[in-house]
Parts: sequence; structure tokens; C-alpha cells
Amino acid sequence: MSLRTPLGKVLGKGSAGDGVAHWWTQRVTAIALIPLTAWFVIALLGMPLHSYEAMRGWLGQPWAAVGTLLLAIALAWHSWLGVQVVIEDYVHAKGAKTTMLLLSTFLHFAAVVAAVFAVVVMAVAS
Amino acid sequence: MNQRPLSPHLGVYKFAYTMALSILHRITGVASTVGFLVFAWWLMALSSGPESYAGAMRLLSAPISKLLLAGFAFSFVYHFCNGIRHLVWDTGRGLERAQARRGGAIVIVVALLLTALALWLGCAALARGAS
Repeated sequence: MSLRTPLGKVLGKGSAGDGVAHWWTQRVTAIALIPLTAWFVIALLGMPLHSYEAMRGWLGQPWAAVGTLLLAIALAWHSWLGVQVVIEDYVHAKGAKTTMLLLSTFLHFAAVVAAVFAVVVMAVAS
Repeated sequence: MNQRPLSPHLGVYKFAYTMALSILHRITGVASTVGFLVFAWWLMALSSGPESYAGAMRLLSAPISKLLLAGFAFSFVYHFCNGIRHLVWDTGRGLERAQARRGGAIVIVVALLLTALALWLGCAALARGAS
């Protein structure tokens, strides 16, 4: 005998209520991050990292800015989902778990807004 | 005491090195999260002007920072390579024990080689334009 409602069975969303969305988004961002991180790391390793002018000049270019924006967003999203799973798996005390999940969410949003803001400022100012 | 049945605990299994690779994927993932925060901070420093960028680069070039950056480099490269291994598993391939072990060995070797290459190129990139 199943205790699941007929509607629940049809929707197929499981106990968390959002089906495979979390799992799937983790994969989508992972696939996006393969070319994005490879491009960014390779580009960065070929640059004079100590030169402010060179770095600003590079990030002032439209395509470099767009790529870096996509990278920052995909990284934040993937990291946010991943850290959430790690916290849910190892922190079982309800209060500590909720606090850490909130902190992780705030930290990820703050970091991605900062990164996006910085790149947009540099692209517009150059 | 909670009387509900428990699934077999991790401790009952004989150790296989793929277990270490599995937990390493999580550890390097969390380390890469810290790397992402550094990345956002670095972008903010760059957008704030020459003085703040010079300050950030001075902080990142300190010996202890270089050690941490090398750790981040390995963490990121390992997570990248092993993440591809996970994506292959998601297609239903490579799940047999021998295949999983071979995949793990490939990931370790490739990750170490790529980390060494990245550190070498990174040192060169840091030397360029240094004052």
C-alpha cells in the first residue's frame, strides 16, 4: 500500500516537492562550466596578472566581459547547489542546518552580485 | 532511541580508493567555493582602481597565499576532471567496478598533470608585469 496521493504520483515530484530540478540544474551548470572555466583559466594564464592596465583592458572587451559574467553566474549557481547538498548531508541539527543554509545562500548571492557588478562597471567604464 | 531501520553504515565496507576519490570530490568542491569567493573579491578589487588592485595582488602574492592558491588550483582541477567522470556516469556508462577504478586513476593522473601545468603557467603569468 502506498501512502502517496494519486496527484503526488502523477506529478512525480517526491518529498522535496521539486522533482529532479535540483539534480538537473547541478548538471546543466556543470556542463556550462566546462568550457567557461577552461576558457577563463587559459586566458588568465596567458596574461600579465600584475598589470592593472592589461587586466582592465582585457575585461573591458565585450566578449571577455560576457564570458566572465556567464562564468560568475554558472559558478555561483553550481556552488550554491553543491554546498546546499553538503550541508544537508552532514549538518543534522535543525537550527544549525537552517542557519548554515541561509548563510550559504546569502554569501553566494552577495558574491555573484559583486562579481557581476564589477564586470559590468569595468565593461561600461572602458 | 530511534528504532527505525538504518542503511548499512559506511564503516561496514572494505576500503576502496574510489571512496577516497568520492569524498575528495566534495572536499574539492567546497574548496572551490572559497575559490569562487576569492574570484568575486578579485574582480571587485580590479574594478575599484589601480591601488586596490595592486593591494589585492600583493595579498595574493604573499607566500602563504601562493600555497593556498596552489591548493585551490589542485582542488579546482580535480573537481573539474572528476566532475566530467560524474557526467559520464550520469549517462549510465563506466559504472562497472573495474571501469570506475580505471576512471579514477585517469582522473588522478590527469588532475596532477594539469595542476602542475597550471602552476607553472601561473608562476609565469605572475612574473609578467610584476613591479
